[in-house]
Amino acid sequence: MNRSKHICLSLHCSLHGRYHELAPHLVPMDYTNDPDVKVPLALIVNMPELKENPFRNRIVESFSEDGQGNLSFNDFVDMFSVLSEMAPRELKAIYAFKIYDFNVDNYICKEDLEKTLNRLTKEELTPEEVVLVCEKAIEEADLDGDNKLSFADFENMISRAPDFLSTFHIRI
Amino acid sequence: MDPTDAVFSTDHRVPSSHLLLDQLPSYQSLLYRRKSSGSARRRGSGRVRQPSVISGKWLEQKTVHSGEELRPVRELPKSMEDKRQEKEQRLQQGGAPIGWGLWRLNVHRSLKRLKEDGMDLLSSLQLWRADVHLIEGMFGTGILSYFSFLRFLVLLNFIMFLLMFVFVMLPVIITSHTSLNITYSSTDVRDCSVYPSSSRQGLVVFHQHITDLLSGTGFLEQTYLFYGYYRLEFIHSAFSYNLPLAYLLTTVSYLLLSLVWIVKRSASGFKRKLIQDEDRFQSFCNKIFAGWDFCITDENAARLKRSSLLYELKMDLEEERIKQKMANRTRCERFRIYMLRAAVNLFVVAVLISCFFCIYVATVFSQQKQDEEQSNFLLELMVEYLPSIVITLANFITPLIFNLIISFEDYSPAFEIRFTLMRCVFMRLASIGVLLFSLWSQITCGSSHCSCGYNHHRYPCWETHVGQEMYKLVIFDFLIIAAVTIFIEFPRKIIVNHCDCALAKWWGQQEFAIPQNVLEIVYGQTICWIGTFYCPLLPAINTVKYFLVFYLKKVSLMTNCRPATRPFRASSSHFFFLVVLLIGLALASVPVTVSIAEIPPSRACGPFVNYTSSWMVVPRVITQLPHSLSSVLMALASEACAVSLFVITCLGMFYVIALAGAHKRVIEQLRDQLAMEGRDKRFLIQKLCQAQQGVFARSPDRGCHGNRQDAGLYFVRETKA
Repeated sequence: MNRSKHICLSLHCSLHGRYHELAPHLVPMDYTNDPDVKVPLALIVNMPELKENPFRNRIVESFSEDGQGNLSFNDFVDMFSVLSEMAPRELKAIYAFKIYDFNVDNYICKEDLEKTLNRLTKEELTPEEVVLVCEKAIEEADLDGDNKLSFADFENMISRAPDFLSTFHIRI
Repeated sequence: MDPTDAVFSTDHRVPSSHLLLDQLPSYQSLLYRRKSSGSARRRGSGRVRQPSVISGKWLEQKTVHSGEELRPVRELPKSMEDKRQEKEQRLQQGGAPIGWGLWRLNVHRSLKRLKEDGMDLLSSLQLWRADVHLIEGMFGTGILSYFSFLRFLVLLNFIMFLLMFVFVMLPVIITSHTSLNITYSSTDVRDCSVYPSSSRQGLVVFHQHITDLLSGTGFLEQTYLFYGYYRLEFIHSAFSYNLPLAYLLTTVSYLLLSLVWIVKRSASGFKRKLIQDEDRFQSFCNKIFAGWDFCITDENAARLKRSSLLYELKMDLEEERIKQKMANRTRCERFRIYMLRAAVNLFVVAVLISCFFCIYVATVFSQQKQDEEQSNFLLELMVEYLPSIVITLANFITPLIFNLIISFEDYSPAFEIRFTLMRCVFMRLASIGVLLFSLWSQITCGSSHCSCGYNHHRYPCWETHVGQEMYKLVIFDFLIIAAVTIFIEFPRKIIVNHCDCALAKWWGQQEFAIPQNVLEIVYGQTICWIGTFYCPLLPAINTVKYFLVFYLKKVSLMTNCRPATRPFRASSSHFFFLVVLLIGLALASVPVTVSIAEIPPSRACGPFVNYTSSWMVVPRVITQLPHSLSSVLMALASEACAVSLFVITCLGMFYVIALAGAHKRVIEQLRDQLAMEGRDKRFLIQKLCQAQQGVFARSPDRGCHGNRQDAGLYFVRETKA
């Protein structure tokens, strides 16, 4: 089995155990033949580490190859590797951008921001407040003046966000 | 629709600009970006390395011929399959090394693995790691920072104790068990050097033992615990060990060690704080994109995090609104507000002065009453602990007053919180200063004559007395923390959970108020720093105290508390703790310095009996050194050296300030450039699409059925040629 990136070998084995737990009838214990098995989105978002995350659907979708949230074991390891403490800031910024880009158009536009905010606060802000907050956020981060955040804007902003590294990680 | 926005319309006749944007080199370089200097944590990247053999392990990187460096495969934002293909591709390009290169590569890789495993082991040995992880998972990073701050203080106190033990206590312990030659410190001033034994004579009632234990008198007074016991001057073995010098240098070194360690810890937080202050307007983005803690697994914690984020966003919107309101204030209103603020500040000063006066009176009263024998055991304890009680009461009441009056001053919410905190910090730390001042006014000839520079009738060994007061403060502080936790927080939980009365509703469930808890432990640490000179075992007592406080607070947190509705930002809170700790250290070093340099040491006890002031050890030792060394040291201490050092420091400071200003200007220029580049890009793409639109308009049947992307590329290639 390939030992991957920011995760050590023992964790890799336990990750396989967790992956198998998600769908025992689907996932074989023996991975030497590299079977082509994908666990669907619905099973993955019920993991205890992801259950309470408001962005769980988007997280799983951004790490899946087909964009629908069906993760193979490699994608699964990928996901927890990027979200581990050891992954570098730039890599996390790339995936964070993908996660917050709901309509997958390589821009975080106002609608994406509004969706993010509503997921975060479970729609407890009034619509005017939501619009105001989104406007202020775009005002802060948008550098090229197109009223949406390209990856350059996003990365520039996130490099100055002091909490990003400490909050954008999942412990498994 | 804005003409420039037409670029982004979904007109399927022309190639989508989205596809064009994907082909841009800057987007492609997302995947292969140059290493930035900030990610120092990435191991092994950015250096020239031989390509690896296929072994299913870490992939090293190699430099591409053009000079651009590739990132390690594991850091590419691709799926695992693509990464494997990438790895094979790179290996085909590079070719496998043989022999010497291969051996070096394997050694390097195994060393790296060893280092990583070593770091894993070290981090697993960290004190309370499991507990702290649990707290972080349940309550978030704000409260975590309090507990990691507490852990840091436990370690700091332990190191201070080790310093004192090795250099001061261990020699004395060794001499009492071996037969080394000792020179006791003696003086020729006869009448001040009488030190009556403090152990109680005759029949001792049991409660007097308890009083002695709690106030450091009686059987505890002439032990290793206090300064007075260390009456040696020289210990002669292979060399001559100068105990007074060791005592003095250990004091200076523990202060310096604390300073260095705190500054080192706060450096990273300070950098982040500078960046954050630069862009104060960043707060919304930070909350939206970096606000949710992905570690949260508990439903309650998620609900609380959500409500705290909501609260923060509402607070920020409120602040915007207030800023708007403040900008619109008329002159008349502004004048009224300033008058009100001046009146409130006067009131605050009056409150502070009255508290300090109470502390002074309590200390003087307590000192006078201590000479008399008390009939009642409890009364005796009360008299001993009177200053501590008054200080604790003052520190309990004044935050309530400050919280009440800050609403009259009409500041923005964030500033209100900070200002109240600053006032509380000042109150806490200044109360210790007032206590010490009132002690010294008693010691250095408050009422009676003093031939030896201090009141030798009442205080034959005044340092031990000051040490006893510090000891009492520490013990009382711990008792109060334990008592509040056990007798107020647990019953509160029981009342709120089981009783449905108005009291329960008004009181509500306990919140873990981070600022007040931090102030408590900084207060304890400041006392420790001041008191270690007079009571060398105090760091050990403090270590044990903070050790127990950790478990007390943890249990209280888990069973009684819900997280605060006013969230304390993790990023700035750690920095805030260390700043307050630094203020405490600065305040602690003042009394220690004054007493070392100015106040004459007691003639009856302690290592400095022969000297006019404690600092005099150092010049005497220097004069006894060989002539060259002593002249060098004298020159270092002279005025010329001090002035030139000061001038150099000022020059260095000016240089750094100028550098910082220049960097700021460069950053602004780069930011403007970045914005301009973005606009250029959009303009060019718009022109490109318009031109293509023109081409398509002229030949409509071309490229309608073929690949849109190819058509665009084909067009671009044609124009290039």
